[in-house]
This record gives sequence, C-alpha cells and structure tokens, in this order.
Amino acid sequence: MRYIPNTPADRRAMLDAVGCRSLDDLFSDIPEEIQRRFRPLGLPERSESEVVAAVEQLADRNRAQRCVCLLGGGVYDHYVPSIVGHLTSRSEFYTSYTPYQPEISQGTLTAMFEFQTMICELTGMEIANGSMYDGATAAAEAVLMADRVRRTGRVAVGRNILPHIRRVVGTYAWAAGIDLVDLPYGSDGRIDFTDLPNDVSAVLLQTPNAFGVIEDLTGAKDRLADALLIVSVNPLSLGILAPPGRFGADIVVGEGQPLGLAMGYGGPLLGLFATRRQYLRQMPGRVAGRAVDADGNVAYTMAAQTREQHIRRERATSNICTNSALCALAATIYLASVGSEGLRSIAEQNVERAHDLAGRLERLAGYALRFDAPFFNEFVVSVPSDPAALRGRLSAAGFLIGDPQELADLGVERAVRFAVTERRTTEELDRLVGELEAAA
Amino acid sequence: MSYPSDLRYTRDHEWVKIEGKRARIGITDHAQQELGDIVFVELPAVDASVSGGDNVATVESVKAVGDVLAPLSGKVVAVNEALESSPEAINQSPHEAGWIFVLELSDPADVDELLDAATYERFLAEG
Amino acid sequence: MRTIFEHANEGASGGFVPSLSRAGAGSRSPISEHLLRTDPPRIPDLTEPTISRHYTHLSKLNHGVDDGLYPLGSCTMKYNPKVNEDLARLRGFARTHPLADPQDAQGTLELLYELAELLRGIAGMAAVSLQPVAGAHGEITGMFLMKRYFEVRNEEKRTRILLPDSAHGTNPASAAVAGFTVTEIPSNDAGTVDLAALRRTLDETVAGIMLTVPNTLGIFEEQIEEITGSVRDAGGLCYFDGANLNAFLGRARPGDMGADVFHFNLHKTLSTPHGGGGPGAGPIAVSERLAEFLPVPAIEKTEAGYRLSWNQPRSIGAVHSFYGNVLVAVKAYVYLLQLGDAGLRAVSENAVLNANYLQERLKRVYSLPHDRLCKHEFVLSGKGLGEGITTLDIAKRLIDYGIHPPTIYFPLIVREALMIEPTETEGKESLDRFIAAMDAIASEARDRPEILREAPHSAPVRRVDQARAAREPVLTYPFDSPS
Repeated sequence: MRYIPNTPADRRAMLDAVGCRSLDDLFSDIPEEIQRRFRPLGLPERSESEVVAAVEQLADRNRAQRCVCLLGGGVYDHYVPSIVGHLTSRSEFYTSYTPYQPEISQGTLTAMFEFQTMICELTGMEIANGSMYDGATAAAEAVLMADRVRRTGRVAVGRNILPHIRRVVGTYAWAAGIDLVDLPYGSDGRIDFTDLPNDVSAVLLQTPNAFGVIEDLTGAKDRLADALLIVSVNPLSLGILAPPGRFGADIVVGEGQPLGLAMGYGGPLLGLFATRRQYLRQMPGRVAGRAVDADGNVAYTMAAQTREQHIRRERATSNICTNSALCALAATIYLASVGSEGLRSIAEQNVERAHDLAGRLERLAGYALRFDAPFFNEFVVSVPSDPAALRGRLSAAGFLIGDPQELADLGVERAVRFAVTERRTTEELDRLVGELEAAA
Repeated sequence: MSYPSDLRYTRDHEWVKIEGKRARIGITDHAQQELGDIVFVELPAVDASVSGGDNVATVESVKAVGDVLAPLSGKVVAVNEALESSPEAINQSPHEAGWIFVLELSDPADVDELLDAATYERFLAEG
Repeated sequence: MRTIFEHANEGASGGFVPSLSRAGAGSRSPISEHLLRTDPPRIPDLTEPTISRHYTHLSKLNHGVDDGLYPLGSCTMKYNPKVNEDLARLRGFARTHPLADPQDAQGTLELLYELAELLRGIAGMAAVSLQPVAGAHGEITGMFLMKRYFEVRNEEKRTRILLPDSAHGTNPASAAVAGFTVTEIPSNDAGTVDLAALRRTLDETVAGIMLTVPNTLGIFEEQIEEITGSVRDAGGLCYFDGANLNAFLGRARPGDMGADVFHFNLHKTLSTPHGGGGPGAGPIAVSERLAEFLPVPAIEKTEAGYRLSWNQPRSIGAVHSFYGNVLVAVKAYVYLLQLGDAGLRAVSENAVLNANYLQERLKRVYSLPHDRLCKHEFVLSGKGLGEGITTLDIAKRLIDYGIHPPTIYFPLIVREALMIEPTETEGKESLDRFIAAMDAIASEARDRPEILREAPHSAPVRRVDQARAAREPVLTYPFDSPS
C-alpha cells in the first residue's frame, strides 16, 4: 500500500485512542446485512511496473496514432508546444482544488483571470467564465441561459452545427422544456438570415460550421428582434477571423481543445463561455475577479459566487462545480506561448494548408468543393465514388477522415470532410493526393 | 441591540415602518449581521403586486443570498435605488437609509400580525 | 500578482512548426476582408524563458496536496499517483481523435470498457456510463434518466425530488436544471434523515430522493434501506451522490443499499487530480430499470473487438461531446489495477480510522455537534472559541501552519461548520501535526484573538477583501487603466 503512510503501529495507536479493537469496529454503523452482500472485484494487487506494461500495450493498440489525422469536427490535431505540458505538470497546479481559499490559490486564480481575459480578447466579448466541460455543454448552457432571460420556451438552432453539439443541446433543452427549431442552411452551406423564426429566445449558430464554412454574421443581430445571438466558435480561428463580439453576439461559446490540448479520444475538453457584462448574474460557471488583500495589494479571488450552486442551490444559474480548470490553464499557457502574432501565424498556416489541399483536390476528376463559401481549416468535397469505401481506402493507406454518414445526416450526400492543420506536412499532403489520384 | 420601538418586525427578519396606508420595509440589524458585507440588492419592480410571503427582493453578500419576503400584501410603490450603487447602506443603517421598498397596503389591518420590538427581541434571544 | 499582460512585449515568437514550403501553389482565393480581424487580441508575444518563469512563479503561490495536508471535507484530496499522470500522457491515448473509426482506437475502447466493468462491480449495479465529466454532471445525467423513466411510464406528474437539508449545493441545482422541484427533508437530532418526515411527504408526485452516503456530516444513514425502501414503495427512484465513496470502498456497495443511480467522482475517490477545479470525471452506475436510458453511444464488447453502439432508442441522448473525460478515466483505471481488492479495502479502513482519530482528539477543544462514530469525514463547529472568532478566522490561521483549511460553512445545518476529511494518504504523524496546529489555534483564539482575525500572515497575500471585489467585479485585465 504505497499510498498509505500509516504503519500497523500507527493504526494500533489510533484504534486505541478511539476505543476500538479492530478496524471492523469502525464500520459497525453500516448494517451487517449490507456488508454481507458485498462482493469483491476479483482484482489482485499489482506492482507499478506490471500496470505500466499492461497499459502501454493498450495505448499501443490505438492504430490512429500511427496515421495522418485529417479528422476535425471541433477537435483537431494541432501542435502543442512542449512547455505547456511541463508547466501544467507542476503539482501545485494540478493537485490543488477549487480556489475557495484565495490566499493560497493565487496561482490558480491569476491564471483563471488571464484565461478569462484572453477569451474575451479572442471573442470580442466583455466577460468570460473560467471554463465549462466542453463546447457542447457550453452551448447547452447558453441555450438555457438565453431562455432564462427571454422566456419564450423556443430556441432556433442552425441545421449546420456539429452533430455532437446538437445532440447535447437537444438533451438539455428537452429536460428544460425548450423547443428547438431548425434553421436551414443555403446552397452555400451557410445560414440564411433573411428568414428567421420570430418569438424565439435565441438563435444558436456555429462558425466555422460543421462544413468548415465561415458564417457571415454581418447584420445577423439586427434581424433577430429580441432574440439573443449565440455563436459557437473555434477559438484558434479567431487568430485571424473577426470575433463574434464585433457582430453583436450576446453569448459566445466554443470548444477550446485546439488551444493546447491533446485530442485524447475526446476528453478532457474545454468549454468556452463569454457574454455581455449585463448578463453577469445569468452567466453560469466559476469566475475569478481582481481584488485587494488586507495590505492593499492586488489579489485575485472567486467573484460573483452567489450565482453558483454552493450558495444559490436550486436557484443557481447552473449546477456546475468542477469544470475544466487545468485545461483552461493549458490553453492560457498555449496562448501565452504563441502570443497574438504567433496565433495569427498559426491560423494563417491552417488556412494556407487547407486551401492548398482543397485546390489540389479540385483538380482531380470527380472532386469538387461542395460549398462555394470561405472556409478556415476544414472543407467538404463531393467525391466521385462511394464515400464510405473511399474512407476505408484512405484508412488502409494511413489517412484518417470522418464517417461520411455524419455529413449525410446533415443533408450532404456523397461527400467527405477534410481538416488540415499546421501539422500536416507537404509530404503527407503529397502522399494523400497521390492516393486519391490512384483511387480514381 | 435594542430594536426601534416605532418599527414592527417579522420572524423572517424584516422590519416594517407604517406610514399611513403605506409600509416601508427593510431587513433587520440581525439579518445584515448574518449576511455579512452586502454587495448586491435585487430590487422589485415598481407597481408590482405582491402577496404576503412572496419573495420580493434578494440581498446578496459575498457568501450568501437572503430572500426578502413581503410581510404584507400590497403594491410596490417605491424602491431604494440608492442601494444599486451603495448596497452597503443596509449594513451601515439597516433600519433607516437601508430601507428596500415601500408597499401600498391592500389591507392596513394586516399590520396587527406583525411583532413589536420586544417580541422580536425575545424571538432573537430564543434563536 | 503580475499577470502575463504586464510583461513587456518581446516581439513575435513562433517557430513551433515550419512554414509551408510551397506557399501559393494550388491555393484558392483567401478569405474576404470583412470576415477577418482588424484588431489583434491583446495577448503579448513573449519568449519561452519569460513564460516559464511567469507560470512557475504562479504555481508556487498555490498550495496543492503535494505541499501539505489538504483536509477539505467532501472533496477527498488524496495523493495523486504519478504513474497515473505518465500513462495518461501516452502518445497512443493522446493522439487518437474521438471521431476515428473505432477499429483505430481499440486500446482506448478496451480500457474504457474494462474500467466501466470495474466501476459496475464497485457499485454493485447493472450498467455504467462514463460520459459525465464531473459529479454534478453525473447528477444531472441521473436526473435526466429519472425524467425519461417517468416520461416513458406516463408518470410526468412525478415532479418532486427530495433532498436532506444537509445536501451539497449541486444536488438541488441539478434537480432544478432538470426541471424538478425540490422538497427538503429535515435531519433529526442525530444528523440523519428524519424518516417520519420523509414518509409524510411521499406521494405520487415524488420522482425520487437524492442522498449522499454517508451524508455530509460524515454519518452513515443506518436506516438507509428503510429510506430507499420507502421511496421505492412510493414509486420513486433513489439517487446516491457518490462523493463520499471513500468511506466504504471495498466494504459495501450502493447497489446493495437500494440505489437506482450512483455517481462516482474519479477525481475524489479514485485518485485522479483535482486540477485546480477540474477536469474531473463523474461516471454513473444504474439499476437494471434505468439501463436503457443511458447516454449514447454505449461501448460494447464483441467478438470482433470493441465498438460504439448508437442503438439505444430510449436513451436520453448525449450529455457530452463524445465519450467522457477519457484521459481522466485512464488515471482511475491505472489506480484500480494497482490497488486491487485488498487495496480498495485498505483505502476505506485507513480513511475512516484517520477521521475518527482526528475527531476524538479535536473534540476535546472544538465543539462537535454529533459525537459518534463517523466515517471518512466529520464536522466540527468553530463556535465558542473566543469572542467574535469565526470559523473563517480559524481557517485563515491554519494557513500559517502550512495546512490547507478544511471545508467551511458547509453543511448548512451546522453553524460555523468546519468539515474535515484527512483521507487515507495521510499518516498519523501528519494527523498529529494537524491536531497540534488546531490546539494552538484554540489557545490563540483565547489569548491573542487578533492574530486569528488578521490571518493569514505568511501566505503569498494577506486576507482578501472579497466584499469589495464582489461589488464591482473586475473580471478581465483592465488594459485601458492597468493600475
């Protein structure tokens, strides 16, 4: 029991102090009948090295790590600077908990304050929280918040948002009794703002959307009457794309994984949530604020806690407690490492490489860009043959793309989607194009 | 502390000052002490109708939220807007400058249900 | 504390990836002007040495479990094994995209499947979902399951969730978000659920009860089967908040106590780190009658390997983007593999022994509302220590002794509450140091109360004025008026 410091002598001394004969006596308050029903797992103790060997073998069986990743859909294969992992591995950061005692949590709180600031800078919004679980639950909470503010019981959702976001929003909306109304997309893959439903609490869009297409939010807010505009974003794209705040968004949510997190088969992720200052009391999640200590020095502390569950209980703005704090720290360090200029440069490289591939694919017989609209690092192409078979063929050659059924479910048949990040090398892209040429 | 004898009180720690057919309402010194430094007050809307027992306003400190219940039924005719910028007035002067709202009473006789200062002080002592 | 924004700009950094060697070749037209940023985000461009120093310095302002005792009741701040960290970082786990074909992620899928089986066994229940990523997330998922269960049975009149008045704040919040109303059940003088009061409120509008076992006073509900039996007889379901599983790991199972839903906190009981507030993981186990409503996709084992199954027609849908916090699940799996049955049993034995030892010693000087056998945690009151001395003062003074304060002002049913949970990863020597510190503070409260009221004295900052911060919250760096 390498993690248990008590010696048998310690236990004996403590049992004596407590007046118990044996450890079993300490469990006399659990009904005997319940203890009798207990069954062990049949699991032996194992040494550290045995466990390492077994789990390394499991990791090895993930073939995906040895392939070229062209998968996207909110989670991307970006380069994570080494420094991020080193700093987040400092045990003062990762073994501490929620900063309820600010005097000994200034590391966590200062970093949270930096994160909130950076998210506001990226999104063009006034306030941001310290993270949510992921982009999908962030979107769900935004929908719930908007309906708390406007109370129509209806929210319009773009038909072209990522399926997993739609699924989670759907579950939370069902529980809250909110009806979701589909907003169709046009032939350019974008939402048509001329025909919005009225009497909705909010409109939820995504940009870049599930097709990788950048939505044009110009004038959208004006068309919404009273409804709140909720925009779900890829934060990396905001290194070069205009932030939703500039277009009058009321709430901006997003998936922060591209900012220095591993793909990790989908978790942990990083939910982003930013909004207007006037909605502070409605905003879910933890937030750090600047304060002073008894000597008048700047200190950071949890702010506006009365919105949260530990105080408001059933009247809280959300039930969230544990969030994605360490991932937010990783994102903060990532953004600090690349800086504003570096972020712009990385975003540009994503655009460049994706457009390079798109251009080359368009020159292949039977391939065409499905949507005539601007895109960031992801795009959909119509393909000449069965897309599922193409996926299989590419996989055999070591290139991973997504299940075309997901696109079909969004109304886009006979197509596949490619994501091209700054990690995709010339050699990989050359080989990919070669493979597609051979497949024809 | 000795509570002003010209005010009436509730077991939910509100005080009531009768002004003809109107009642000026706030929270007692005991309540503000329990809450600690008050940082935000959510005021009711003027012209809102309330029934006795309704949650009319909330008073927030750093660590707690206190509901202010309507001690009587009536219509809100005034709210203390100064609390928006200076919520600490409730801590500093809970029975005077820290008043929260004024009700036009539906039935002035309801006042008889309220506690007088001596009864409220006894109630606190028992707590 | 300086923020990163207060460092002077050092010019463009970069050099993380090479630039495209074939710029322009085959490219399509760029993105139109009006869709592009005009103002860059105000994030400084700094060199690596500056960044390393800044965040290293910040880390040293924190107190983590590796720094000293962290007896935060209800949070189980046990030691975070380092092998967990190493294995979660393995390339094979990190470099796998969630939308990869399951055939290309068999290692992760096997691990998740096996972990779910182990959790099922610990719970003694029928099925598990790893999708929820926090305890509160598990709670809300459980509430969704209950809602769907009653929807399918046309019993939507069941809108009330019962909660003891000692419940953790996430419990009523989760019930409310899921559209239920909350009925509070009083605790009796023994600190447990008043069974008579519970039975009086049971009718056909009750959807279920949410219980923490043992409760937030660290007391095991000896009438647990009567409680769950009564609720089930009335047609309701029983949700168990598993935050306190450390109290009976390896000894008892919630499935044997009448639970219909049980959530684990992997970042509490199963040693994964708290991360400064997250990420955690809150997998749920359910009884047979709720299994069909679990979130999609499910992870299934077949002869051809592991796969994701979306074929759950009555599922509530999804509560997470993908399959839950996979890399956190890896850490819990590694922990379980090392400990085995014997290790799990030793956890609760030592956790409960440590808590009772502390309780026995501390009750000499501090007020103990419930003087009886506790489980892995117990609650003291800071009342009566000195004129005007509050639990907050005691907590802040503990910081000067190098100890993280316990949970304060929770549960709400104890005034000036101090909730202490040592966990099994503290040894007697550490506990004795804590006792000595608490004894010293009690004396100080009597003899030099001002040293408590002005504490902490030796932390990176003095006591923070939270009231001022709360009145006009400053939530982002004030670029325009930096002072």
